Amino acid sequence: MIFTPLEIISFSVLLLFLSVLFVPLLKGNQRLLINVSFMLISLASLLGLAGGIWAVGGGITNKLVLPLGLSDLPFHLRVDPLAGFFLTVICLLSFFVSLYSIGYVKGYLGRRPVTSLIVFYCLFLAGMMMVVIADDALFFLISWEVMAAASYFLVMFEDENIENRKAAFLYMIIAHIGAIAILLSFGIMAGLTTGFESFSGYTFDAMRQAEFPLKWATAAFLLAFFGFAAKAGVIPLHVWLPEAHPVAPSNVSALMSGVMLKTAIYGIIRVTFDLLGSFPWWWGAIVLILGLISAVMGVLFALMQSDLKRLLAYSSVENIGIILIGIGASMIFTSFQMPLLAALALIAGLYHTMNHAMFKGLLFMGAGAVLHATGERNMEEMGGLIHRMKWTAPLFLIGCVSISALPPFNGFVSEWLTFQAFLLSPALPSPMLKLLIPLGAALLALTAALSAACFVKAFGITFMGHWRGASMPRVHEADWPMRSGMILASHACLLLGVLPTFFIDWMDIIPQQLIGTKIGASSGAYGWLWLTPIAPERASYSGPIVFLGILFVVIAVYLLLHVRPGNIQRAPIWDCGFAKLNERMQYSSASFSMPIRRIFGFLFKIKEEVKLTPCGTHKPFPKRLNYHLKIRDRFWGWLYKPIVDSSFWVARHVGKLQQGRIQAYLIYSFITIIILLLFSR
Amino acid sequence: MDINIASQITSFLAALVLLTAFAMLAQRRMYGLVNLFAWQGLFLSINTAIVGFVAGKHHLYISSVLTLSLKVILLPYILHVLIRRLKVHKEVEMVVNIPMTMLIGIALVIFSYHLTAPVMELSTLVTRSTLAVALATVMIGLLMMITRRHAVTQIIGFLAMENGLFFAATSATYGMPLVVELGVALDILIAAFIFGIFFFHINTTFDSLDVDQMARLKEED
Amino acid sequence: MKLYTFVTEFLQLIILIGIAPAFTGWVRMLKCWSQGRTSAGLFQPYRDLDKLFSKDVLLADNATWIFRFTPYLVFGTAVLAGGIIPMLTVDLPIAYAADVIVLVALFAIARFFTALAGMDMGTAFGGMGSSREMTIASLAEPAMLMAIFTVSLASKSTSLSQMVHVIYSGQYVFRPSIAFALIAFILIALAETGRIPVDNPATHLELTMIHEAMILEYSGRHLALIEWAGMMKLFLFVMLGIAVFAPWGIASSGDFIPILSAFFFMLLKLGIIGIGLVLIETGLAKMRIFRMTEFLGSAFLLATLGMLSFFILE
Repeated sequence: MIFTPLEIISFSVLLLFLSVLFVPLLKGNQRLLINVSFMLISLASLLGLAGGIWAVGGGITNKLVLPLGLSDLPFHLRVDPLAGFFLTVICLLSFFVSLYSIGYVKGYLGRRPVTSLIVFYCLFLAGMMMVVIADDALFFLISWEVMAAASYFLVMFEDENIENRKAAFLYMIIAHIGAIAILLSFGIMAGLTTGFESFSGYTFDAMRQAEFPLKWATAAFLLAFFGFAAKAGVIPLHVWLPEAHPVAPSNVSALMSGVMLKTAIYGIIRVTFDLLGSFPWWWGAIVLILGLISAVMGVLFALMQSDLKRLLAYSSVENIGIILIGIGASMIFTSFQMPLLAALALIAGLYHTMNHAMFKGLLFMGAGAVLHATGERNMEEMGGLIHRMKWTAPLFLIGCVSISALPPFNGFVSEWLTFQAFLLSPALPSPMLKLLIPLGAALLALTAALSAACFVKAFGITFMGHWRGASMPRVHEADWPMRSGMILASHACLLLGVLPTFFIDWMDIIPQQLIGTKIGASSGAYGWLWLTPIAPERASYSGPIVFLGILFVVIAVYLLLHVRPGNIQRAPIWDCGFAKLNERMQYSSASFSMPIRRIFGFLFKIKEEVKLTPCGTHKPFPKRLNYHLKIRDRFWGWLYKPIVDSSFWVARHVGKLQQGRIQAYLIYSFITIIILLLFSR
Repeated sequence: MDINIASQITSFLAALVLLTAFAMLAQRRMYGLVNLFAWQGLFLSINTAIVGFVAGKHHLYISSVLTLSLKVILLPYILHVLIRRLKVHKEVEMVVNIPMTMLIGIALVIFSYHLTAPVMELSTLVTRSTLAVALATVMIGLLMMITRRHAVTQIIGFLAMENGLFFAATSATYGMPLVVELGVALDILIAAFIFGIFFFHINTTFDSLDVDQMARLKEED
Repeated sequence: MKLYTFVTEFLQLIILIGIAPAFTGWVRMLKCWSQGRTSAGLFQPYRDLDKLFSKDVLLADNATWIFRFTPYLVFGTAVLAGGIIPMLTVDLPIAYAADVIVLVALFAIARFFTALAGMDMGTAFGGMGSSREMTIASLAEPAMLMAIFTVSLASKSTSLSQMVHVIYSGQYVFRPSIAFALIAFILIALAETGRIPVDNPATHLELTMIHEAMILEYSGRHLALIEWAGMMKLFLFVMLGIAVFAPWGIASSGDFIPILSAFFFMLLKLGIIGIGLVLIETGLAKMRIFRMTEFLGSAFLLATLGMLSFFILE
């Protein structure tokens, strides 16, 4: 063996940094720059992918100490199956997205230079990979900041728009509040490991060895969870997400939604299962409850949106919720010493992590293709694109079907596993949990059903019917690099759905290392065709058979009942004799979600306004009708507005210190010095 | 009767009692509410008789007959008359909407299960598993009194609460001593009469049976 | 796995495809009688289907491949679902490929694509139908899963064959949890199959229709397939209800005699359920769409109560 997985991954990160250096050289020829740099990034992703797959598949743990960083504080790198899994997720999607970017970024040619986009894209990717392989608090936080800063600049890319600047600012604030919490959490853990005098506790290895008293462990967990939740967009810390993701370039939104949020999931798993090790059940309950809230509220918010990319961003909140449900359930099971169930729930969460990366990446790429082709994000203006975008439409549809948890695609498998974990909860010893967790299953079912409604809307309004806008732009289909990125992602969705046993066997090493049991012993016992997580008579799902069954039956029905071929006639749409049917009479995005808005309206702050302009004196015959709908996030008013207001208040009062006279400032310094001297006496 | 079958029947009746409690929470019409109350009484009475039979406590038969005559026949009849006389058979007004009330109701059931779980482990009675349901019925009765505006619905809530208490007594200790039971029954009856008389007076004074009107009774400051 | 299990599987699919229209005919016949009308007979649905199959397909100018593909998919998923639900025997080879969650998801696929097909033309009706259908489905699905979970808690399995097996040989006579789940299931089945009081299968009045609005643009063999699949869906829900709540008579092995008797049991139960369905439909009026929240909410409540009483009382 010549290389270890860690070396391959490090090499891939190095390649990304090299491309950062190399990009400005080609600044003169933008087209060549795009082609070369994204090819290089794809190559780096493939390398990282190979390393990740190998690390998980072989169950390999490698370590490396880099003599970089501050003196006495070298960087520690480590790749283990958990890190390998997240590297696989990151690199797989970034490979698809980088291919896609070759086409997508060319859309900016002639409008603006893309050098900065490519530089930060590389840094962003490298940052994410470094977060996952970091093995000490210092390197972790540096990588975390590289990732956050790079993504900040990517959100800012089209900085002439005020909404981009606003979104990026909000994103940066929340990301940094989160980062502070994570820093404090690591501080607590490192301090408890070796005492607050020495620095040697900053490596994850030292933290793993240490035993933490419950009180401090809880503080560390809550801080870390808060910090990672802010990054992952868990409700109520989600407000930056629907602002930042839509305005970023679509290839970047695909990566942000698909994998950047996952680094936060990685952080949660790393801190709880690996660094802290043991925990009481109510930590899991917190994660589970916040996951449920995020899932349900996220999908409801998504349904209310009419901006396609915003809809997808809110749907990411929902999916992060689903992932957290799995992880929370796993934590509860772990704390009650039920390793098999814990392993099942963890696998469900991780599998959904992988799945969400694939279908959300695909959907954002599709939305990017639509944006690229029409210059439009607002669904109220779109429609009928399926006629012009013969490739994008079916690919986007595959993403929609996957995310709606319909077999035989991948979203269904992870949802099925989560349901199975939920259904095993009666084994828990606590009566309260026994009753409450199945109710969580109901909420999960609600989420799945609502997300189907949401994506019927997303696809139906965007691609079907007629163009709703004033004049249809010249829509062109995505070019081959873009198509190939989407095609690969859609195949990944199908493969992950049809052959889940292979993937679960591959990643089964992760729960074995974190919890101590693998589910593979039972899942593979029935052969690769069958997914039987606990026992065959308990539940079984066979992806291949369901897939082939649907395929076979549909083809058979088509062949048998497709009598008298060629007798199809085309005619204009039946207009009920009205004869003035136009495209504005179609159901729009707001009208599609109206019933759900009515039913779940109490969760939002909805302002509806109907204005009728009567035709002369005849009231019943309006000349025109204006409908205004404004849906606000209640969390903004509950949580953020008070904070914003109070910080303004504080700023105003602190502002009074500013006198403008040099003597006043000298007095402040003088007082500060005196107080400090008093304290340090 | 087999003891196992008996315990299954009592569980089933307990489930029905719980169902009627929830149905009363959801019911909008006044007559429907009274009828549901009568049904609840009927299930209780059957349950008491069965428990009496299985446990060999014959005084429970008397309780059962008492429940039947009082809560299934007499009180619903009085309430019917009251509703007709007062002409209040319109839809019931609520403070909180129905789905929300239901969710609170479910939460109450879970809570009472949580509370009674330790008791259930200790008890050896056939009826031990129904204790949680009994407690939940009491709480749902109280919830009904809180969420409804109308005075007549409030008394039905009160009576439902009493049903729950009676049920709890049967399931926890095979019923209270007969003397206590008789006393309670008499109390209920008299309470119902007094409520009835009060309603007439409230109705004539305020021209309404909305209990929010009573807020006007407080001293102005 | 033995060969004859595939034979019974195949037999079951034939029964599903063949008898489903007759069941719809039976329900329509009873409805006519109960309303004092003369009925068109048990076999009218077959004649309708035959008529539709022999007609030409009229497609709108902007109909896409999704619109044309949907009828086949809807029909296909219904057939596949028929292979999972134990109708005659629990010894089904396909049944292990998919449990009850997959079954619910199969119906969801059909619904997803029908809703898309409804939006394909860009007519207001289609969009309206899709929007309402997805709304109702999103409320019905959690209740449905809750009801089935209640039963699967009792049988410790989500595999339908296993559920039938456990309920069959259960020692409990009075199970409040299952009774609650049954009532909840009936309410949901009414909603999912588009019967009164949720939707009216016989109406073409704009304001009241849901499922019909989505498929308004279909004609010819496409319409025939969708209608047929609709009948199969009704039949499948009845079968699912029988399998989960009243499995008596379903053969536990694949022998000839038990299967024959299971077939007659099935016909008997179908007849009785048809009467029950007609009683519900004649006795109730169609609800306003926003009352549906309460209707499905109470289904959800019942299912939840069923689950709670499983833990508390059993």
